[in-house]
Amino acid sequence: MSNVDVVITGLGATTPLGGDVSSTWDALLAGQNGIRVNTEEWVERFDLPARLHAPLAVEPTEVLPRVQARRLDRSEQIAVIAAREAWADAGFEPPTDEHESVDPERLGVSIGTGIGGPRTLLDQDDLLEQYGLRKVSPLTVPMLMPNGPAAHVGIELRARAGVHTTVSACASGAEAIANAWQMIQNGRADVVVAGGTEACIHPITVAGFCQSRTLSTRNDEPDRASRPFDTGRDGFVLGEGAGVLILERADHAAARGAKVYGHLSGYGITSDAYHITGNHPDGIGQIRAMRDAVRMGGLSPEDIGHVNAHATSTVVGDVGEAAAIRNALGEHVVVTAPKSAFGHLVGGAGAVESIATILAIYYGVIPATRNLENLDPKVGLDVVSGEARKIELAAAINNSFGFGGHNVALLFTAA
Amino acid sequence: MSDKPSDAEILEGLAEIVEEVAGVATDDVTAEKSFVDDLDIDSLSMVEIAVQAEDRFGVKIPDDELANLKTVGDAVGYITKNV
Repeated sequence: MSNVDVVITGLGATTPLGGDVSSTWDALLAGQNGIRVNTEEWVERFDLPARLHAPLAVEPTEVLPRVQARRLDRSEQIAVIAAREAWADAGFEPPTDEHESVDPERLGVSIGTGIGGPRTLLDQDDLLEQYGLRKVSPLTVPMLMPNGPAAHVGIELRARAGVHTTVSACASGAEAIANAWQMIQNGRADVVVAGGTEACIHPITVAGFCQSRTLSTRNDEPDRASRPFDTGRDGFVLGEGAGVLILERADHAAARGAKVYGHLSGYGITSDAYHITGNHPDGIGQIRAMRDAVRMGGLSPEDIGHVNAHATSTVVGDVGEAAAIRNALGEHVVVTAPKSAFGHLVGGAGAVESIATILAIYYGVIPATRNLENLDPKVGLDVVSGEARKIELAAAINNSFGFGGHNVALLFTAA
Repeated sequence: MSDKPSDAEILEGLAEIVEEVAGVATDDVTAEKSFVDDLDIDSLSMVEIAVQAEDRFGVKIPDDELANLKTVGDAVGYITKNV
């Protein structure tokens, strides 16, 4: 059975490097750093051992109209911002009763998030405890629910083919894109607005990550803290951001003369069934995800020129992924790890990093992994460091793995 | 306690609340306007508006009363009567 050809016709993002795709991509290519010292008073108050974060470069409340912003959780605000950019980038116009760029019944949404709206949940709980019922916002539930971002994007763009949310921790955004592809394969939609979002920097999430000993404590050196594949890596840096892609049936895109960035040609989704936070030591789930993606795209491992790695800068995770990449694809692939620049966007990671993967193919250049000074000898792969590398790419894989043992590999190919 | 506010003062205060919650320009919040049909305010925003009005004017607006406040004028009248 051959697959329906699915192309990417629009991109949108807001990240610690920039408020849109072009500023994020330019900063990534230039090797800029999005990681900052977290100056919130609670870092000091709770004596948190990890004092870095990767906040959004552009405050969403400065982009959205005030009244819309106050009705949305931060994770919803940035999903809406990224979706608007992607929608316009695809050449579509905001829907009106007079004109709809896409038939609403053929338009879907698939946007993942790792946690949803914990900031709303906890802020509203504070209000309830402090002032009682009257001060709790009637928007509390729609703001904290994880399907909120997808639902708001669906309302704004008038998507009636189905609005979906994936929740698979740090693989949520990538899984949402895979599911969007599947919606088109199944004939449920011609266009799907797909991606991921996260804005969960809050004392309790940071404290929780601190207690699981997963965050970098290189507190005095925000510029050098996130260093995937480097021997000096000591954990990830929690970031916030959203990425959205417009996935479209190739014939639908061709009929309207749309610009095409590339194809989403397949995916692999597997689960480890091993440990709630640690990946399987043999990487069996990761290997199978990458192989499945290649096979679904009708390619061979040697066709894959590039891997945009999940690599979060943890001691165990990075070398585990490297071994899985070598096993699944071979040692020829050129690898990069953008979390070195913008931290770990959790549910937004797979989407923003998919955008980086597509643009690497589209422009023929792979951004460097920041802070890669001493490649861990256990990595055994060609990881781009120092400067971005010009390279012609026909196919690339984006990896995303999540707490819970979720493994997602997305296969992108050149236009 | 200050003197009982006039209808005009209540309307002005209500308009500020509606502007804050729903983004409707204060000039558009006039007595004959329907919250739902004219000002496009949904039931969730109405709850917020009611809570803020209660705090501002020192009245109680129970849910069954809130449901009867169709227009801005209805709300002004209710607040005047119960303040």
